[in-house]
Amino acid sequence: MDELIGYFLYFLSLLSVGGIYALLALGLNVNWGFAGLFNAGIAGFAAVGAYTFAILTTAESTFHYGGLGLPIIIGEISAFLIAGIIAAVIGIISIRLRADYLAIATIGIAEIIKLIFKNQVDITNGPRGINKIPRTWEHFSESRYFSQPILSWIGDNQFWQAFFDSLVNWWWQPLFAATILFFVFVVYMMLERARVSPWGRMMTAIRENEDAARAAGKDVTRRRVEAFIIGTMIMGLAGALLAQHLRFIEPTHTFDPSKMTFLVWVMLIAGGSGNNRGAILGAFLIWFVWSASELFLNGFIDIVANIFNGIDVSMLKNRSGYLRMLLIGLVLQFVLQKYPKGILPERRPAAPGE
Amino acid sequence: MWENFGFEFVNYYFIPGLVLGCIYALGAIGITLTFGILRFANFAHGEIMMTGAFLTWTFLEISNIFLGFYMHPLIACTPAIFIAIFLALSVDRYFYKPFRDSPTIIIVMASFGMMLIIRSLVQVIWGPNQITFVKGIAKPNSYLKDFSSSMDMMLLVPSKHLFIILGTIIIMLAFNYMLTSTRIGKAMRAVSDSPDLAKVTGIDVEQVIRATWIVGGFCAVMAGVFMAMDTQFIMSTMGFRMLLPMFAAAILGGIGRPFGAVLGGLVIGFAEELSAYPWFGNGPLLSPGYKSGVAFSILVLMLVFRPSGILKGRVF
Repeated sequence: MDELIGYFLYFLSLLSVGGIYALLALGLNVNWGFAGLFNAGIAGFAAVGAYTFAILTTAESTFHYGGLGLPIIIGEISAFLIAGIIAAVIGIISIRLRADYLAIATIGIAEIIKLIFKNQVDITNGPRGINKIPRTWEHFSESRYFSQPILSWIGDNQFWQAFFDSLVNWWWQPLFAATILFFVFVVYMMLERARVSPWGRMMTAIRENEDAARAAGKDVTRRRVEAFIIGTMIMGLAGALLAQHLRFIEPTHTFDPSKMTFLVWVMLIAGGSGNNRGAILGAFLIWFVWSASELFLNGFIDIVANIFNGIDVSMLKNRSGYLRMLLIGLVLQFVLQKYPKGILPERRPAAPGE
Repeated sequence: MWENFGFEFVNYYFIPGLVLGCIYALGAIGITLTFGILRFANFAHGEIMMTGAFLTWTFLEISNIFLGFYMHPLIACTPAIFIAIFLALSVDRYFYKPFRDSPTIIIVMASFGMMLIIRSLVQVIWGPNQITFVKGIAKPNSYLKDFSSSMDMMLLVPSKHLFIILGTIIIMLAFNYMLTSTRIGKAMRAVSDSPDLAKVTGIDVEQVIRATWIVGGFCAVMAGVFMAMDTQFIMSTMGFRMLLPMFAAAILGGIGRPFGAVLGGLVIGFAEELSAYPWFGNGPLLSPGYKSGVAFSILVLMLVFRPSGILKGRVF
């Protein structure tokens, strides 16, 4: 039974992280799939969302600025908005230029954002990071939440303390996974709506033939900046959810570009760029493959270590992570060359009811 | 004058800036060549550089095992150059060539993927940790120190820095000769100016592309080895860390302008080092933690105000 619960919880955590990646992939789909903008700075924008959320919602701390202890939903909305503001500044500067420049500029801005988080120690606690970030649902069991309205109207502190103690310690996990999937669903519905709307069709037109769209009187630059901002805002929201899932964030390893930026690209390309369902499918698929390959490789290393004595297991396990990254990179090259449209190709024309 | 101002400025800011500039300049040559001839931003360039440094380190260790002493890195890098060029050519053959006629952005993405593949490969083979490249503290070159002291201007330049500066100058002269006086160099310039016209006049474009990878790969490995000699350690993220300054140098100098890239590299190198100099008051102008942000700021300013670069390169 315990083992079953263990598998169940592992599956829930896969779903949670998969959902966060699905949001990142959906955001990237707005950038790349809709508008053809090469955003290589996903890690940076997710970091903006995560840090905004962390600073706004954590309890008062001596290590970093704040925390302001604001409600979680305000943290999430702020993460969404601030990522958008930063994207607007970058977008207006670099969107006029060809896609390569945007890739360079976004990859650079992601590094700069991380550099700022690393160096502004008084605000972000630098490389030591921010911890004790509240996680949706689980946060109710912290006394600073249940001692305040609305929960304090229902019962006093002893009541809530006893109530949360009586629950199994993973009670929040299904609810947290469901919350993330709910966010994925809402974003998906909104993007589907956007895709078949005149706005979405205009995006496709601009992506396919910029000059023709311009000649038809469309404000190409403005639409592109819009797509860039919307996609980036979704990434900021995903960053806020990632901060909740991890409960601890620091600039270098949490927002490692190969895991945050590159993996999301592989997800979108494999799933099918331009197709929102493809983005979600690709995110879950690649994330499951990525996690399963970790279990598989670790099991394999254990077998090898049992056969050959004296092998440094931790060194092998450490390097097997890079081997997985190598394989994921080859998957990208393979999909790019053989199936450039992905598993679920974009459906054209984008029209309601299709 | 020299006692109050010059000694510290020249030895601790100007010369490191010059050295860094030389390294960036060499790296930026490859980027600007691929940008000009193949017309895409090659994200994997920094990784070729890093791989070259790791290979050089391997040959240094091999020489220690079999010969009993460490060769000079500039000798050990010779086989590394061949392997890295082979790597660059095979990457082009298997991962970039299928996309020659596709929209450029696809090939940019392929190079973005190659960046991660090459880095992961290096991390699998050599591990993710920092490796000491050359041991010991680099002492200032005593001959130069005595000579300049006799002129009341003490220069403290380690020999490794002299090697880097002289090496860069030699490579630049050879590169200049190649571009202006050899057949393949002229063909490269022609393809860079107009690929269609070049093809019509009978230039073998694929051959020019191969030459581009060879020259770019050579310069990248030299930059990587110089970088390793300068910092005395190598790590798998060094390529990525240098990618942005090199892009900045290439764009600053004007895309498709090799000498612009050299100029841009020097400007970026100086800007990074001199940003920490206490120009106003006592503290450094910019906290050293933000040093790597300097290149990016220059990049953004160039993109906004003069995307064609100093030497009026191409804007795609």
